[in-house]
Amino acid sequence: MSTNDTLIFACHDVHVTVGDREVVKGVDLAIRRGEIHAIMGPNGSGKSTLANALMGHPMLTLSGRVELAGEEIAELDPDEKARRGLFLAFQYPVAIPGVTVASFLRAAVSARRGAEVPVREFRKELVARMEQLEMNPSFAGRYLNEGFSGGEKKRLEILQLLMLQPRFALLDETDSGLDIDALKIVAQGINAAATAESGILLVTHYQRLLNYVKPHVVHVFMDGRIVRSGGPELALELEERGYDWLEPVAAAGGGR
Amino acid sequence: MSENLTLVTMGGDYAERYGFRDPEDFFVKAPKGLNHEVVEMISRLKKEPEWMRELRHKALDTFLAKPMPSWGNLDMLSRINFDEITYYLRSTEKQETSWDEVPENIKRTFDRLGIPEAERKFLAGVTAQYESEVVYHSVKEELTKQGVIFLDMDSGLREHEDLVREYFASVIPVADNKFSALNSAVWSGGSFIYIPPHTEVTIPLQAYFRINAENMGQFERTLIIADEGAKVHYIEGCTAPVYSTNSLHSAVVELIAKKGATIRYTTIQNWATNIYNLVTKRAVALEDARVEWVDGNIGSRLTMKYPAVVLKGERAHGEVLSIAFAGPGQHQDAGAKITHLAPHTTSQITSKSISKDGGRATYRGLVKVRKGAEGCKTSVQCDALLIGHGARTDTYPTMEIDEDDVRVEHEARVSKLGDEQLFYLRSRGLTDAQARLMIVNGFIEPFVRELPMEYAVELNRLIELEMEGSVG
Repeated sequence: MSTNDTLIFACHDVHVTVGDREVVKGVDLAIRRGEIHAIMGPNGSGKSTLANALMGHPMLTLSGRVELAGEEIAELDPDEKARRGLFLAFQYPVAIPGVTVASFLRAAVSARRGAEVPVREFRKELVARMEQLEMNPSFAGRYLNEGFSGGEKKRLEILQLLMLQPRFALLDETDSGLDIDALKIVAQGINAAATAESGILLVTHYQRLLNYVKPHVVHVFMDGRIVRSGGPELALELEERGYDWLEPVAAAGGGR
Repeated sequence: MSENLTLVTMGGDYAERYGFRDPEDFFVKAPKGLNHEVVEMISRLKKEPEWMRELRHKALDTFLAKPMPSWGNLDMLSRINFDEITYYLRSTEKQETSWDEVPENIKRTFDRLGIPEAERKFLAGVTAQYESEVVYHSVKEELTKQGVIFLDMDSGLREHEDLVREYFASVIPVADNKFSALNSAVWSGGSFIYIPPHTEVTIPLQAYFRINAENMGQFERTLIIADEGAKVHYIEGCTAPVYSTNSLHSAVVELIAKKGATIRYTTIQNWATNIYNLVTKRAVALEDARVEWVDGNIGSRLTMKYPAVVLKGERAHGEVLSIAFAGPGQHQDAGAKITHLAPHTTSQITSKSISKDGGRATYRGLVKVRKGAEGCKTSVQCDALLIGHGARTDTYPTMEIDEDDVRVEHEARVSKLGDEQLFYLRSRGLTDAQARLMIVNGFIEPFVRELPMEYAVELNRLIELEMEGSVG
């Protein structure tokens, strides 16, 4: 098997601009099937911008190549990317009043699978997944993210991850705003979604999620670039020493 | 179908589903324009009692004397040419109680609109009005046995003259406004309903209004009386062919809810976009009565309609729940009017409007609390959603509170169908069009859930048509 066949997601020389400001300044990633990568970096380093741009946020301009399972997807609309199996768990999911979680999810699952999912089959699957995430069944009838607590929103993102079964998932700060019990449940959901065929990229500020979800590769992201990559031990080092000791490296790399 | 008529371009498949027209085949047709001869002709044709004939003539004088409204969409209002309108058109010789007896072309129209099917499936009674007259009328036998009266207004006047004389124009005086005067002068058709004390009509009664002819005026008149402790749900729907010239629909609807009675009046207005829809609707609620206007405006060029409830008895409750959808070239000027005259009365106004691609929606509301009406509660909520370019929304909420012991809540929100919401839904695989429709359907959900299932399905379908071809 060649390298390309084993890669589920790759990007080459990705730059992202917001208006005329460059926020992501050349990122390369190669993630193999079955791998979990983590991007860690301080607030404002541009890691969330990268995740949103990869999904195709209309306000962000991305240049460079992005491949999902060997297919170029950089130019595609976000819904086309989603139907091909790209997923983004949002840091701040928006509310859609009047639309229930169940009807939204059924539409999303139907779009992803390319065929209308029968109601009964969908219900069964939804109930099972919600149990897995210890969610109250009444959740399905609530309006999408409306009046949800921070933790409930994050749990709903993971519920979507499990229902949609993407080939590659970007999880943007999924651990923020969670208490320890919720964090464990969310982590268990992420682990369930990590199959031998799929890939996951965790975008996070802290390493506490990494106590429960073990990444194969950790990238340190500063000022729009990956400044260092390593094994899981790199996350522990960051936890211990913070990001400051890496700063000179970023500057040496050609900084601002 | 006349070849020289150009179809006005409309979104979706309105022209095909509702906008088809039949040859104008009439039994009696008044000459164009409005004068005392036309009024006299209508009254004579209907063999009305003298008092009604006089009321019509006086109303015409009032209409002619009153100026056009000085507010609202003055540009659109100025385009109504009262001399070009046909004020009375009877297509059939008589009213039928069996669809089989209805003339073939008219029956076909209502078949296409699904009315006979709806009647069989889920209605307690139906009237179908075509141009000026009700051509079909039927009510379930058990209702008649309970003493429920459900007739077209003309039959109501013939068969229950005393009741009609007592209540006709008692809630909306002839001179209330220019268009109530117009309706009073040339009214024809509409429904007359009386529900005896403590009788509950659990399945809805429906009226369907169809304008077929060009440059037509439809002026139905509806009067519903729910006696003490009675309960009724009335639903009306309407459509018309699409012409390049304008037609006028100007109804007057009066509701009387006696002590402890409940009336719900639901409208799904889907007129073609060449229709001026200028309607006066008002209810009186006595002690412990409850009146609910559920008002959906999707069609018409200009709608001006502000369903009103006068809370006259203690603890009476009034509610107006409305949605308006204004597409390109449309102006939905709608709202509500609640008057608290008695203590401990409560009211709730929920208005939702969607303006899309140059469409315009206006909320115009008035809540009055008279001195002495202590312990009243009122809550007003207006939500407007803007989609696309050049969409416009205006809110004119007026409160006139002359009593100190009152609880008033008011909330108004304008939102634009947002990029972040769209991105969120699209990141889950929904196309741009699917995402927009989902957001709009969510927005009107509080309204849709109040409708009987069949109407909810129909309304969602109408909204889907309106959303077609929507651009960023």
